[in-house]
Amino acid sequence: MKVELSIKRFDPDQDEASHTEVYGVEIEPTDRVLDALNQVKWYQDGTLTYRRSCAHGICGSDAMRINGLNRLACKTLIKELGSKISIEPLLGFTVIKDLMVDFDHFFDLYKSVKPYLINYDPTPAKERLQSPEQREAFDDTTKCILCAACTTSCPPFWSDPNFVGPAALVNAHRFIFDSRDQGGAERLEILNGREGVWRCRTVFNCTQACPRDIKITKAIEQIKRLVLFNRV
Amino acid sequence: MLGSASSPRPRTTNFELWSWLFMRVSGALLLILLLIHLAIMHVTQPIENVNFAFVAARWASPLWRWYDLVLLGLGWVHGLNGVRVVMDDWIHSPGWRLTLTALLWLIGFILLVIGAQVIFSFQAPAGAG
Ligand code: FES
Repeated sequence: MKVELSIKRFDPDQDEASHTEVYGVEIEPTDRVLDALNQVKWYQDGTLTYRRSCAHGICGSDAMRINGLNRLACKTLIKELGSKISIEPLLGFTVIKDLMVDFDHFFDLYKSVKPYLINYDPTPAKERLQSPEQREAFDDTTKCILCAACTTSCPPFWSDPNFVGPAALVNAHRFIFDSRDQGGAERLEILNGREGVWRCRTVFNCTQACPRDIKITKAIEQIKRLVLFNRV
Repeated sequence: MLGSASSPRPRTTNFELWSWLFMRVSGALLLILLLIHLAIMHVTQPIENVNFAFVAARWASPLWRWYDLVLLGLGWVHGLNGVRVVMDDWIHSPGWRLTLTALLWLIGFILLVIGAQVIFSFQAPAGAG
């Protein structure tokens, strides 16, 4: 089928502002947006710049705004979109070139919530056991691939880039609700601040954007409740 | 999990937490209070009846004065706090944020006092109600 791709492009060496370029490609409805981008790059315009690595929805490299919604190019089928497709870089980050955005700030926010196991007990000789129920409490938030589709779909993040954002909250949740972790109080301390969990307005954009179908708003509400009932 | 090791006294205040909780609780209360208010002022009464004498009659009872004061206070603070949160979103310079937030609460407080003053100083003229 014939598809028209409108791609938002920006070359920092030449352009003052971004502009849209339109490419026509011949492609199967069951192909993915990433295949369409590859066709453009390989056969029409080699200067088109975007990230991709695994091409199977697991590395989180190719989140972008496709027809106005944040999705992974490698997981979005052409037939879901129709014959006119608009592709833009993620909102709220600095564009480096074309569809490639600067993730440094995003990873700083991620690191700020201590997204690693904290346990002050002496290291045990064997693994730390956990019941299936204990594991279930944070199972959903282990699925995050840090593609930033959620954080860059969040209106409070667009206006306030210091807000830790949904992705960092998901990864905080993953450890706060882990029975083997002891850093919950430290993390809640960070998340109770002005740029923490209270900046979330329950917009649900993050939940809609997540390519891994993580119930992000629910996870954030669980953190809010934990802060609330531990402090009040 | 929460754990007990190394959790000293909280450094951050709970201000945002209380603010968030207040918005939920006041929002729920306002919904009920406003529905009752609307029902009295606009539904159960034909519009011609809602005049000075009607208000004077209502405010003859302290219950309705307090009711209106609570409505005013909750609605006003709920609204102002919403504006504060929006300003937090968009004003990134700490100096401007502090100045404008202070101004917001100052003006808010003055208007709240004037509103409360109207509610409680109102005297029904003899013969009304
Ligand atoms: S290329 Fe790895 S997630 Fe799409």
